[in-house]
Amino acid sequence: MSKLNTYREGPDETGHFDIYGGRYVAETLMPLILQVQEAWDNAKNDAAYWDEFNRYMKHYVGRPSPLYLAERLTDHFGGAKVYFKRDELNHTGAHKINNTIGQILLAKRMGKGRIIAETGAGQHGVATATVCALFGLPCVVYMGETDVKRQRPNVVRMKMLGAEIVPVTAGTGTLKDAMNEALRDWVSNVDDTFYIIGTAAGPHPYPAMVRDFQCVIGNETKEQMMEMEGRLPDTCIAAIGGGSNAIGLFHPFLDDDSVNLIGVEAAGHGIETGEHCASLNGGRPGVLHGNRTYLLQTEDGQIVDGHSISAGLDYPGIGPEHSWLRDTGRVNYVSITDKEALEAFQLCTKKEGIIPALEPSHALAHVAKIAPDLPKDHLIVMNLCGRGDKDVDAVAGYLGMD
Amino acid sequence: MTTESRPETRITRKFAALKAEGRAGLVTFLTAGDPTPEASEDILLGIAEAGADLIEIGMPFSDPMADGPAIQASSLRALKAGMTLPKTLEIVRSFRKKDDETPIILMGYFNPIYIYGVDRFLKDAREAGIDGLIVVDLPPEEEGELCLPAIEAGLNFIYLTAPTTDDKRLPKVVKHASGFVYYVSITGITGTKSADVGHVADSVARIRRHTDLPVAVGFGIKTPDQAAEIAKVADAAVVGSALVQVIADNRDENGAPLPGTKDKVLELVGALADGVRGARN
Repeated sequence: MSKLNTYREGPDETGHFDIYGGRYVAETLMPLILQVQEAWDNAKNDAAYWDEFNRYMKHYVGRPSPLYLAERLTDHFGGAKVYFKRDELNHTGAHKINNTIGQILLAKRMGKGRIIAETGAGQHGVATATVCALFGLPCVVYMGETDVKRQRPNVVRMKMLGAEIVPVTAGTGTLKDAMNEALRDWVSNVDDTFYIIGTAAGPHPYPAMVRDFQCVIGNETKEQMMEMEGRLPDTCIAAIGGGSNAIGLFHPFLDDDSVNLIGVEAAGHGIETGEHCASLNGGRPGVLHGNRTYLLQTEDGQIVDGHSISAGLDYPGIGPEHSWLRDTGRVNYVSITDKEALEAFQLCTKKEGIIPALEPSHALAHVAKIAPDLPKDHLIVMNLCGRGDKDVDAVAGYLGMD
Repeated sequence: MTTESRPETRITRKFAALKAEGRAGLVTFLTAGDPTPEASEDILLGIAEAGADLIEIGMPFSDPMADGPAIQASSLRALKAGMTLPKTLEIVRSFRKKDDETPIILMGYFNPIYIYGVDRFLKDAREAGIDGLIVVDLPPEEEGELCLPAIEAGLNFIYLTAPTTDDKRLPKVVKHASGFVYYVSITGITGTKSADVGHVADSVARIRRHTDLPVAVGFGIKTPDQAAEIAKVADAAVVGSALVQVIADNRDENGAPLPGTKDKVLELVGALADGVRGARN
């Protein structure tokens, strides 16, 4: 494909990034999707809306998050200079809150009085329950029954925040089924409900809207790196489930040719085993949850469940803009196994005193692969998009710790 | 509105015949391959004789977002029993060897069709004897994907309209619709709430102001009485979840259909047909 003048203009007015994205939803939902789009088109051009968003980012979320030079890991790798974008220091412990603040402000503008969300690992559920508490709105979170069991601390947090948790047993009881169930709730409660989708996927305008909220990550990184090093980074790396933290880091750099962008998918037990969540590296384009994108599916077009040690990456699809960026070649997408992620988790904990979530541990595992062979003046930014408190029990189990 | 973009099919002929008879039609929905491919084919073969005027066949999908628990479960049963899109087309071919009159509509979600290949699907569907398509997740905004090619291939593309589809939007929805318009009578998923008949009557009247196509009403119609009420105000009543539930309730511990399952399904079809046929007397 020939090189574009800009990679930052998408999607087109019908919500497509070339063939990806779109609005593949039932007619009952379509008028609502159009309402959200209209409200979003209006809000994103309203300075007062962004003033309010920025105020919450600064005083409630704690932004800007630091850009931190991980000196001990840099020494350990012996090559490139490794920076962490510390989004794990945000209120609620991950990048998810950037998006839920943005969407609840939109819900408020639209006069919606009830919020629903889907969640996998529970980070988006917690971030949604948090903003619902903050704005005094009732919150219903759909969560696969399997995830309710394996992410108990987050379930308790959501309940304490006042959210109602609905365990989803339909289908296979995982994140994709939670999203189906949230969509079913939405068609059943069209008048008063706003659906806060947790990643840069779903029907237009969600992929673009969530990206725009998460771009705070990349915009800050750019500014901070200019301050600290006087130039742009050479490589930006982020983990990808649905891909919202990655698109937020990448998007502001898409037109900076010198910046190498790498998305890291979860290879689970290995792509060759079929037990993975690497939609781009091990799936093919299809239509699910309102958009066309790379999906894990059978020869007959049935969606299959992914596997990853990280519940947050355990989704059979990916945001449509990533599918497009893959096809254009602007972003390079690689994958990391459970085992490699677990090693990176321990390395980061012991060398930097930071317990990362299993999601960014995937990104760090790829940094560990490439950093040693890069020159010492090569600048890498890795998005440390979540903290690992939620994962300590699971990791202790894998490591056989008491 | 343009009518040259409306293929003539068994569906259009059936609605013309129903109009001549002065009655509404019964549309039945069953999932292909539920509970097993063989049992499902056997039930479908009896369904027209039992009183179904038009037959909707569900193409099972792993993630049926617009469907309630009954149809979700039927879809999963069929997939577990090894159902695929090629096998669904095979069932239709078998059906057509015995019945070349009753209209058949395939209903489902886009992904299995997209993966099968749109052109190949339309060719094979037409050759198998399918008359129309309902694809839940293809609103008019995505009409280029399948609706326009389907019309080109001589198939009816049936659009859903919902209580949320207002007068401003209706013209867009019915623009390329053909065969009939399917009014989703509730804001919700299949087989859950039931609509108020007065509301349905108003909505059908509203749709008729935008199109001369027949209007079928579905979602939440479970009993012969409810079907009869709908038949008074619409051109057809669609019943799905209630029929699928009969299959769900009549399986042995291995999931195989119990003896007599077919008769029980056809008995309900017969009762629904009686309700619909007697509605305007």
